[in-house]
Amino acid sequence: MREGMRGCIEKVGESGGLRLLEMGLLPGEQVRIIRRAPLGDPFEIEVKGYRLSIRKTEGREVEVEVAG
Amino acid sequence: MTGAGTGLAAGSLIGLVGNPNAGKTTVFNGLTGLRQKVGNYPGVTVERKEGVTYTQHGKALRLLDLPGSYSLYARSPDEQIAVDALLGRISGIPRPAGVICCVDGSNLERNLYLASQVIELGIPVILAVTMLDIAERRGIRVNLKDLGERLGVSVVRVDGNRSDGLTALRLAISHDWKVGRTGVVLPELVREAVQDLGQVLKGSEAGRPRELVEAESRLRLIAEEDTGESLMGGTGAEWTRIRIWRQKFDRKIPSWRSELIQQRYRWIGGVTREVVQRFNPNRKSWTERLDRWVLHPVGGFALLGILLVILFYSLFTLSGPFMDGIEAGAGWVGGLIEGWMPEGALRDLIVEGIIGGVGGILVFLPQILMLFFCIGLLESTGYMARAAFLLDRAMGKVGLHGKAFIPLLSSYACAVPGILSTRTIESPKDRLTTILVAPFMTCSARLPVYLIMIAALLEGVPHQAFWQAALLLGLYLLGTVTALVVAFFIRGGLIKGPKTSLVMELPAYRPPRLEAVLREMWERCWMFLKRAGTVILAFSVILWFLMTYPKSGNPPDGEEVLSPGGVQMETSAVTGSYAGTIGKWIEPVFSPLGFDWQITIGVLASFAAREVFVSTMAIVYHVEDEEEGLIQALREADRADGSPLFTPLTSLSILVFFVYALQCVSTVAVVRRETNSLGWAAFQFSFMFGFAWLSSFIVFQGGRLLGFQ
Repeated sequence: MREGMRGCIEKVGESGGLRLLEMGLLPGEQVRIIRRAPLGDPFEIEVKGYRLSIRKTEGREVEVEVAG
Repeated sequence: MTGAGTGLAAGSLIGLVGNPNAGKTTVFNGLTGLRQKVGNYPGVTVERKEGVTYTQHGKALRLLDLPGSYSLYARSPDEQIAVDALLGRISGIPRPAGVICCVDGSNLERNLYLASQVIELGIPVILAVTMLDIAERRGIRVNLKDLGERLGVSVVRVDGNRSDGLTALRLAISHDWKVGRTGVVLPELVREAVQDLGQVLKGSEAGRPRELVEAESRLRLIAEEDTGESLMGGTGAEWTRIRIWRQKFDRKIPSWRSELIQQRYRWIGGVTREVVQRFNPNRKSWTERLDRWVLHPVGGFALLGILLVILFYSLFTLSGPFMDGIEAGAGWVGGLIEGWMPEGALRDLIVEGIIGGVGGILVFLPQILMLFFCIGLLESTGYMARAAFLLDRAMGKVGLHGKAFIPLLSSYACAVPGILSTRTIESPKDRLTTILVAPFMTCSARLPVYLIMIAALLEGVPHQAFWQAALLLGLYLLGTVTALVVAFFIRGGLIKGPKTSLVMELPAYRPPRLEAVLREMWERCWMFLKRAGTVILAFSVILWFLMTYPKSGNPPDGEEVLSPGGVQMETSAVTGSYAGTIGKWIEPVFSPLGFDWQITIGVLASFAAREVFVSTMAIVYHVEDEEEGLIQALREADRADGSPLFTPLTSLSILVFFVYALQCVSTVAVVRRETNSLGWAAFQFSFMFGFAWLSSFIVFQGGRLLGFQ
């Protein structure tokens, strides 16, 4: 995961619970990584037009096809 | 499509729901004005806010503000309360006759997720769309009429700083309640399961509408095994049936939970494509521009540091005069009553027990007001989420959640409001850890003890002011570092568990609304007074009794007793009192720390509130002027064998003891309440006492071995 990266979500794992899905991180959705927190974790991402903070471990649940 | 809505009977209960940050509080305050009361739900510590609102036609209705949630599939006790209230599962609260659902217009898609779930409950709904002004600035336009037609409910525009939205909302509340519908398609098998479970659940409470029973079935079917199920409650037989259905789902519908969520969003996507128009999508918002600096690797921490300095500065400097004023006021009232009333036990009780106790509580109020004001200000602008974002990694290293930052910060003023503010932490384990370490942070009640003991310790040392400041800072650091270390061990051993999530919205920045901040400040202060105040007052009356009775035969109002600064231990009434007896009896526990029976009385008394130590020592040594006189008296005090009592080593030992010991009955009471367990409160108290005793023991005995006095 790099800052400024954009992509399309392919798959979201359920082991971390359903909250990611409920917050709109769904397969087929466009995401953008806005920034990494200064200490390296968590990340700020944009999905469905709003900003969300998720930790690296949660981010691992989300498989993204990078679009550059 | 949209039929005419109806009104509700006078006195009906309306629920208010919405995502966090969706402007729910503004709507609640706008509708109820000052007609609010804050309480608790039975059995849990979730705050319950209810108010009275009037329709545009003057009919009174009850409005219940439900905790902000993202979904009816609850993850935390807070969210579960919202679900239970909507389903009518809380005893003493009727099922809402209607629900006002707040949705953030600048983030319609995600907000409609909850709204669609609420509409499916079959309760009449009014949709209050907020923040459309922000949406328009961001290039988003929402067609409210079309939205209302798609959902089958009335939709009202409510912007934070305009009153016409509220009028429209009141008008809708008057006569425009409609039961809406959504087009979310459930798979055939799930529908079958919902029907079947409905039969089982209907038996548990007769007369419930079909929609609610089915909604409960849906919610319980999808509830997650580890968190959701225990929150939902219900009988074992019901859950067994649910598990059988889930096994069928597992076989027939791959990842069915995620499929159900996607179904809902598919329908929502269809709606928003119709009603939301986007223009100028590449414009940078204020929030984006601000966040570049607020979350900057260097600038972000610098800003956080500056904000903390301002916070602490105002906490300790600006509130100083008010605190002095309250102390003087309590003294003045006491003096007044002393003049009015005839001498006797009743007068002593009122002046020393009650007024002393009330003064002891009120004296913290300016600081706590200031603290809540600053925190409320930062919260209402959206900064607090950023602070958690910046600090989550660092806090995570010691096993704390990013959101633990605010409670720990508050604990520098007082652990009670700090512990109360842990309610925002969703995971029970993270919350408990934060509660357990919060009292290690140096609260302002320790400050008077520190100042007196530091003054006694460093009297006459060269560069005294510098060393005093350095020692004071060292004590603050000692408490903070210990809190973090203890949190690390608690989270690693005692309360194990996987790291919980920080899926947290970073809301758009908003100008703070002063009225809401002040109201919040007042509510929190009131809670502090209720929780801490009553306990401290009761304890201070008991304390007064123990230190006064039985009266020994000392000369009444003997002149020599009143000489300021004089040490007249023989005539001190405390010696023969119950407190004196208890002090002497417990003395052996504390003598390895260098405390004699008089210090022991002070330590016991400080359990009411730590600063009581100072006034108790003043009583024990019979000095009038607490500052100058007491330091003098402490320096002159002797042990039984004639050696000086308050040696630097003893003073240091007392200081260390006060850094660590949980000398605060109101904190213990609040912890018991918030954890719903006497066990955790008792554990915390014993652990901190043991830790304090051991640390003081090491300091005192170690110091003696090294040849210090």
